[in-house]
Amino acid sequence: MAKITFITTDDENITLEADSGSVMALAVENGVQGIDGDCGGVCSCATCHVHVKPEHMSKTGDASEIEQDMLELDDNVNEFSRLCCQIEITEDLDGLELTVAG
Amino acid sequence: MANNQQNCIVIGASHAGVNLAFALRKEGWEGAITLFDTDPTLPYHRPPLSKAYLTSDDRIEKNLLKSADSYQKQDIDLNLGVSVSTISSTDNTITTSDGNTHHYTKLVIATGARPFIPPIPGLKTATNLYPLRTAADVTNIKTALHASDTKRVVIIGGGYIGLETAASMKKLGATVTVLEREERILARVTAPVMSEFFQKLHAENGVEVLTQKDVSNITSDGAQNIVHCADGSQYPADVIVVGVGIRVNTELADAAGIKLENGIPVDEAARTSDKDIYAIGDCSFHFNPHYGRNIRLESVQNAVDQAKIAAASICEKDVSYDTLPWFWSDQYDVKLQMVGLSQGYNKILVRQEPDEGHKFSVWYFKDNTLLAVDAVNNAKAYVVGTKFIKGGDPIDQTKLVDPNVEFKPANLII
Repeated sequence: MAKITFITTDDENITLEADSGSVMALAVENGVQGIDGDCGGVCSCATCHVHVKPEHMSKTGDASEIEQDMLELDDNVNEFSRLCCQIEITEDLDGLELTVAG
Repeated sequence: MANNQQNCIVIGASHAGVNLAFALRKEGWEGAITLFDTDPTLPYHRPPLSKAYLTSDDRIEKNLLKSADSYQKQDIDLNLGVSVSTISSTDNTITTSDGNTHHYTKLVIATGARPFIPPIPGLKTATNLYPLRTAADVTNIKTALHASDTKRVVIIGGGYIGLETAASMKKLGATVTVLEREERILARVTAPVMSEFFQKLHAENGVEVLTQKDVSNITSDGAQNIVHCADGSQYPADVIVVGVGIRVNTELADAAGIKLENGIPVDEAARTSDKDIYAIGDCSFHFNPHYGRNIRLESVQNAVDQAKIAAASICEKDVSYDTLPWFWSDQYDVKLQMVGLSQGYNKILVRQEPDEGHKFSVWYFKDNTLLAVDAVNNAKAYVVGTKFIKGGDPIDQTKLVDPNVEFKPANLII
């Protein structure tokens, strides 16, 4: 089980728990504002953009090449950006903090 | 305080209808939200049906738009397996197949489209013949394939549904033949260079894609079928998938007195000619400001984005739909991403990335205006194309096709 905290653009902190699936699916399931996941999780729409807390980048790893390219759709992209449909939930993510890029 | 007098009824609970319901709550709608759909399954993502869902053993529960709990939490009344029989726009009511009448404050028509089943002799009596649009269709196709020893699949129609299904069925161990009536596959939606690429890709993967094959009739002995073409050729098939386009579900709107064109005409806020009735998604005929014309789109992007616009408008916000269309298709290891509408192009440029066979992009221009981009395994091209179409900056066409010029908008502006 991993606890993952989302900080929305309204500064709301939402902590959710899961043991599998994608981070995007977890956020959509719980109605986290700003995470839409319109394409269903195939890295095609860039509507699940989050900024990983810098010291947590080792938990999530870096974005893949296609993910990095898709992130460029958003002007708000930075070195901590990920599309969270591409982050699979494992126990290693426990404590992860993500800010919704919005 | 909840306003229980108000009720927004949504006909159709797929991408458009479901997203509208949730967007309405986000916009602050306090009245009831009542969704109806004829499909008995909890609303699911449709694009994976011909792709990952077809090839995996996942249950549809892994593929839902929203969990069952989400509807309860948001107080959305989801009525599945129920069809709407009539709309009365004079007294703002609908009647449903279970005999009930419901009053609406606002009505949203999100009825989408249904597969077109061509009038081919023998088609209705063929064995294991299915379209592919619903979860039940996929279950039927999988069951038929698993039950067959020879696993010969004929796909009628070389559009995206047909080709994605071909790739998935091949992965499941089938022998697959695609029969396309036109001179090339994807003829309606892409340039010849894309048709050639996909034709070759399927051949490389052992799928036979045949063009100029006009299916004339199907004979069946109860266990297997023979698909006959006008040129005399014959193809035995244990399973047949029909993917030759759709028909828009406009009958309810028509009977309600809403005027129709290529779908249900709506304004920039997705309103029909009746002020209390909206239409969104595949069934809506709407204006696209990027292209200056009315269009009807079959896409998840349009369904979701129009749902958000309609929800805001129902909540009395001043909104205008102006998104740029985008699409995607996955076949084998190829990810195709498309942005814009290529219709009306008079020039094509192809950018091939060096040393990578299956990584290129096709740029559609009308004179010097970029209309659309098809990007094959090339998200960068998709993103750069999106920025240029949205921004409207002229693009340096010489640099664009030069793979030595790094693919960044700043490098391509004239």
